[in-house]
Amino acid sequence: MKFRKSAALLAAAFTVAGLTACGSDSDAPSGDSASSSTGIKGAVIGFAQVGSESGWRSANTDSIKAAAAKYGVDLKFTSAEGDQTKQIASIKTFITQGVDVIAFSPVVETGYDAVLQEAKAAGIPVILTDRAVDADPSLYKTFIGSDFIKEGEKAATWAKTEFADDAAVNMVVLEGTTGSAPANDRKTGWDNVLGKETKFKTLASQTGEFTRDGGKKVMEGFLAKYPNINLVYAHNDDMGLGAIEAIEAAGKVPGKDIKIVTIDAVKAGMEALAAGKINYIVECSPLLGDQLFDAASSVLAGKDIPARIITEEGEFNQAQAKAALPDRKY
Amino acid sequence: MSKLTSQRLVWPVAVLVALLVANLMANHSFLSITLQDGNLFGPLVDILRRAAPIVLVALGMSLVIATRGIDLSVGAVAAISGSWASMHIVSSSDRTSVGVVLVAVVVALVMAVVAGLFNGLLVSVLGIQPIVATLVLMTAGRGLAQVITNEKILYPDNTPGYKLIGGGYLIGVPFSILVAGAIFALTAALTRQTALGTLIESVGVNPEASRLAGIRATRIILVVYVFSGFCAGLAGLMLTSNSTSADPNSIGLFIELDAILAVVIGGTSLTGGRFSLWGTLIGAFIIETMNSFVVIAISPRSTDVFKAGVVVVVCLLQSPKARRWFGGVVRRPTGRRTPPPTVSPTAPDTAPLSVPAISVPALDGDHTQDLETRTS
Repeated sequence: MKFRKSAALLAAAFTVAGLTACGSDSDAPSGDSASSSTGIKGAVIGFAQVGSESGWRSANTDSIKAAAAKYGVDLKFTSAEGDQTKQIASIKTFITQGVDVIAFSPVVETGYDAVLQEAKAAGIPVILTDRAVDADPSLYKTFIGSDFIKEGEKAATWAKTEFADDAAVNMVVLEGTTGSAPANDRKTGWDNVLGKETKFKTLASQTGEFTRDGGKKVMEGFLAKYPNINLVYAHNDDMGLGAIEAIEAAGKVPGKDIKIVTIDAVKAGMEALAAGKINYIVECSPLLGDQLFDAASSVLAGKDIPARIITEEGEFNQAQAKAALPDRKY
Repeated sequence: MSKLTSQRLVWPVAVLVALLVANLMANHSFLSITLQDGNLFGPLVDILRRAAPIVLVALGMSLVIATRGIDLSVGAVAAISGSWASMHIVSSSDRTSVGVVLVAVVVALVMAVVAGLFNGLLVSVLGIQPIVATLVLMTAGRGLAQVITNEKILYPDNTPGYKLIGGGYLIGVPFSILVAGAIFALTAALTRQTALGTLIESVGVNPEASRLAGIRATRIILVVYVFSGFCAGLAGLMLTSNSTSADPNSIGLFIELDAILAVVIGGTSLTGGRFSLWGTLIGAFIIETMNSFVVIAISPRSTDVFKAGVVVVVCLLQSPKARRWFGGVVRRPTGRRTPPPTVSPTAPDTAPLSVPAISVPALDGDHTQDLETRTS
């Protein structure tokens, strides 16, 4: 894995050194309101990204770069390509350079204590984004990210209303990568709301690995075994999109014969929602850029900020998707 | 010869049948095949369709392994070809145009062939060990795929011509099954109806002796890697077409392991010198039938354990030593003479050891001789 990522980087460097980096052209500052209201302009902020493993992550990177341009921040951006050692090395470099704030999305949950201590000793505040670490909370200022449990609860709340008049609901679940935090928490969130509702019957629950191909494969298996599925709960859009293909191949109409609720709200998912093939999407936003620099400016101004900042996230039904689609960035 | 072949395949076939029965028990409509909008539809059709890319990659892998090589780069090559084709379609102005799809497919396959040629040159001309030589592309290839897609996941949708390759139908049959079937028939004809198969095997037994006997070993090795690259490229197109998405990090991820597993389950020895295309085909079906069973009957948390269990059973069944040992255990209660006590303590140790030697045949006289020649 480690080898693959570094080789990927190497190949990228060799082959098309001149190619524009992804997202470098998307930094159109949309408003200057932010820069006037904060004293963060000109501050040096180091951001150590996990890598570029998914479309969600690319959108996350783009958002941070765009927000940096908007706030007039001098952003030092590094990407660890999924390698914790590399990420720690870039955080250490930030410390040596004496940046004003360090922010990063930890590759894994543990092993950051030493480098966080170093940052603290150097008096550089640290902000975590998207993923948490298992370390002493006094070592970082705040953690900005989604509440996966809440997302599962929102999806379940929609289902509860949608099927309020039905006597029984046969549901199948396309789980995320087994053991991953979003998969675990989105299941917990769903169960928090509907766990005790006996009319919601889970026929089957299987991992689709968060991929379109996985979602399609698992849904094909479910459809072959259960002729009477009413509802699909997919832990992300991609698996839901795969399920749509399987449902269509089986001669049923996704969104009507079988209703689908997913989480993420990436562009492809929103398009399917607008086209009526998905019924509801709970947003898991990668657009953390603005919140990150807001938090950074508060920290630099010496203000207290909450230890946990939850990403501003919406929910979309089919009509809202149609309205939101033209401005969708990712 | 055909008798020997059938004996060699009897265990993989038994496992395949057992998995089919298990599927039937988990899902009573497992065997039903219906017409859906004029197309064949049913769990068995799904299994065949999903097995198509594995069959393709495993066919190439069979020939490579027969020359005593291995191709670890197939997954990355699939990623390169799938990514390029998807990128071409996504960035074209008219996605429905047949010309766009043809260019995408042809160029992607040419890239795959070039990748195979690169592997082949490293192995045959430069004499680098296959596992090392193909590791280069296995790692760098995905990087290249990321560069091609600009590190984004692409969705080549609304392109009927491309959808056909992995998810479409021709005269009611999934097109990918037809393609994989055609490539299988072609490979079988070329290797078994001509001397090519024997030449490949002889290179695997002893490249130097083959060269001295007048066989152009270098060229044959080059050809099998190019073929493997081509098959991987085609599989990459199928995978991205079937899921209408091209994620350079996940296209064909670990397909090299599936392919090697299919080849080994099918009775082709990793030590080279022989191969069984039918065995490979059955091996690929075993993998996909197992995947289909896992989806409907095994909890996600125990999936890997179940798969490992099946693989261990298949491998043990193919090991004559392990079979003999199990036979002894089964016979014991019938009152027959128990094996000497020295056998029992050693047997558990020898059984796992015999796994890599799965297909070193006790049955096949002339090849046993080959093995001896080689080791001496």
